[in-house]
Amino acid sequence: MIKKLVCLVIFLTGYVSAFAQDVEMADTMRSSGKIYVVVGTIAIVFIGLAIYLFTIDRRLTKLEKHND
Amino acid sequence: MKFIYQAWWKILGVLLVVYTIIAGFLFTVPALPILHETIRNVYFHVPMWMAMFLVFGVSVFYSIRYLASGKEEHDLIAIECVNTGIIFYVLGLVSGMLWARYAWGEYWSNDPKQNSAAIAFLLYCAYLVLRNAIDEEQKRARISAIYNIFAFPIMIVLLFILPRLTDSLHPGNGGNPAFGKYDMTNEMRAVLYPAFIGWMIIALWIATLRYRIRLIENKQNSL
Repeated sequence: MIKKLVCLVIFLTGYVSAFAQDVEMADTMRSSGKIYVVVGTIAIVFIGLAIYLFTIDRRLTKLEKHND
Repeated sequence: MKFIYQAWWKILGVLLVVYTIIAGFLFTVPALPILHETIRNVYFHVPMWMAMFLVFGVSVFYSIRYLASGKEEHDLIAIECVNTGIIFYVLGLVSGMLWARYAWGEYWSNDPKQNSAAIAFLLYCAYLVLRNAIDEEQKRARISAIYNIFAFPIMIVLLFILPRLTDSLHPGNGGNPAFGKYDMTNEMRAVLYPAFIGWMIIALWIATLRYRIRLIENKQNSL
């Protein structure tokens, strides 16, 4: 099952990239060394961690109310 | 102390850090030899230390208040601030080592700044050991408060004064000018200062979370 999925993903990415070679459009995310992708990744990671902190905060608030 | 339960300043901190992550990569930086793009590390390495300073400073403030008031909560704030500060200390030290690998050639080159940072780290580890070594609660709180008050200025001396008196590779030390003097542009400052504030808020937030957990634990233990 996993092997099939991996094959499918490889096939799909290959398929997409095969068509993406010549024509370039709206390419901010792919331009000049693709640094924007890294920026996006780090931003996602940090926002994810921040949301996680918020959920901890909320759980703690519930616990505090329960305790009083 | 009501503000530790409010959300607005936490959101502000998150927004500031998100801004610095995006602007930190996309704004232009001066092109300098050796550093190249690693100059952008300034936006992420230095704020770790600023965040550490804030929570260690808050810890000292509450250690002093504990000695004056004898309130247990003040002691709990002090310890949880140190616990949080140590996380940021490690992050600052390790990120500095990685940067040093590519700017100075080695992860650890026994530079005065690195060595005194390691000593100051042990200073705060000793604080935690000291706390665990004393069973009686009031005695532990009092002795560790006094230790903490002395550890903070010694940490400042180790990190900021001693490395400046000798030669160091780190900017701002020895014969080296600080980043601010020649390399820092106003565009960089527009990212760096929000980064300081943002990460300081994040550190404070984590410290308040730990403090609130500690309050619950404390209540359960005393029952």
